[in-house]
Amino acid sequence: MSAADGALSPVRVAPLRVRQRRRRAMLVRLLRFSLLLALLAIWHVLTDFDILPVYIFGRPLGVAQQLWSWFSTGYIVEHLITTLTETLLAFVIGTALGLLFGLWLGLSDLAAQVLDPFLKAVNSMPRIVLGPIFAVWFGLGIWSKVALGVTIVFFLVFFNVFQGVREVSPTVLSNARMLGASRRQLLTMVYIPSATSWVFASLHNAVGMAFVGAVVGEYLGSARGVGYLILQAEGVFNIDAIFAGIIVLTAFAYCLDQAVSMVERRLLVWQPQR
Amino acid sequence: MNLVQRSLAVPAVALDAVECTFPVTGSTEESYTAIRDVTLSVADGEFLSIVGPTGCGKSTILNIAAGLLAPTAGNVRVFGKPLAGLNSTAGYLFQADAIMPWRTALQNVAAGLEIRGVADKQRHASARDWLRRVGLAGKENAYPHQLSGGMRRRVALAQTLIVGPKILLMDEPFSALDVQTRQLMENELLELWEADRKSVIFITHDLEEAISLSDRVIVLSAGPGTRPIGEFVIDLPRPRDVAESRLLPRFLELHSQIWATMRDEVLKGYRQNERS
Repeated sequence: MSAADGALSPVRVAPLRVRQRRRRAMLVRLLRFSLLLALLAIWHVLTDFDILPVYIFGRPLGVAQQLWSWFSTGYIVEHLITTLTETLLAFVIGTALGLLFGLWLGLSDLAAQVLDPFLKAVNSMPRIVLGPIFAVWFGLGIWSKVALGVTIVFFLVFFNVFQGVREVSPTVLSNARMLGASRRQLLTMVYIPSATSWVFASLHNAVGMAFVGAVVGEYLGSARGVGYLILQAEGVFNIDAIFAGIIVLTAFAYCLDQAVSMVERRLLVWQPQR
Repeated sequence: MNLVQRSLAVPAVALDAVECTFPVTGSTEESYTAIRDVTLSVADGEFLSIVGPTGCGKSTILNIAAGLLAPTAGNVRVFGKPLAGLNSTAGYLFQADAIMPWRTALQNVAAGLEIRGVADKQRHASARDWLRRVGLAGKENAYPHQLSGGMRRRVALAQTLIVGPKILLMDEPFSALDVQTRQLMENELLELWEADRKSVIFITHDLEEAISLSDRVIVLSAGPGTRPIGEFVIDLPRPRDVAESRLLPRFLELHSQIWATMRDEVLKGYRQNERS
């Protein structure tokens, strides 16, 4: 499938005029920013006037200071790189395996029937419990965290691809066959593009889950990573640093999710706008 | 009959005593016989319509002719040769939307050539030409959801015709369209067909559509065990305009003749649908 021209105008344009729409977008941005400020202000006031105990809830200014010192000294870089590496590896490996297995089982009835109970069993297992065993198998470096992330991401993607392949329109499939498509051509022309929208639905969750795998893995035992930082901060009851760690993780998870959305918009131009 | 005449008489598609039985879902023993003892053929260059009450297994007959479905009994011949697997000489226009929603109109029309390994430039030029022939010039880069139902049908028609099938199988292709679009497309279909006279098997439940398009109309009985119960040669002059030919006295005569055969089956079909 070659890339779309991008010259296409959206079909369903909101009934608002262009200028009205621009004004609306500005308003939304302004309100979002105000909401964020308001929440921070409330937090600040509640802790500053000792309505909430500072030693449990921290202070927004303290959190900001912590973030500043982490980034200005470059102290966090090493930890951030570790966590992001684990997350991205888990995301990429889990997604690739999920795609492969999803396509395979989606296309092979026998394999799907045989493996069905195993997959359901493994999927219903709370996979975080595998953390300690992975630590034994893969050590305390990044690979035990990657493995944990992969087991979570894999199933998310796998079930969606499987479903996507199963729900390919039989008419579109018959049509492609009548046009002479071979099995391989059916895969690239029909199955894969048809499953794409299902895959992206799962990728948004997968990004978050890859982070969960990495950070929980770090909690369970590590010497590096943002999860490790948070755990250290908890050990000395540095609440501000815990919040700072949470904010850093949230920001990066949000960025990754946006990246997925960008790729999604690129690849799914053919879908009616939702 | 001498050799030459016989070779001329080889039908494009011939079904001989074809039966098709489906297992009933949720039961290992019960089965449903959709069609039984169906013998029919379409000559090279002939436009054949098959009409019958709803749910009588019309699509089953077409799927068997396409090779998408193997008959339980009987045999199928395509230009004299027994059909094994898909019927590669046939193009199929489905009742439901069958074009790929993730491809633009141009990419959809070019799909058949892409499958055959035709180079990018060549197949796009050819697809552009076909889009123009079905009246969709300028819509090359539109995705199916951006096109109307009639336009999607045209894309499907171009997609089917671009690979030059000798036989065209059409399963109620215009049934989802509004009346005006439908008549336009029927005329366009006739025009395209007059240009290179493919063999056509056209399935419809609309008797008027069948008569105005075809050389011959076959009437099917109600299911289960559907079989042909009547055959009528349509001797209306060609080239035709579907709207105008409906006003000819001969059209009305044929219509009442065929309808007399069809009526009882249609009623039977209704009663069965109500019961199930």
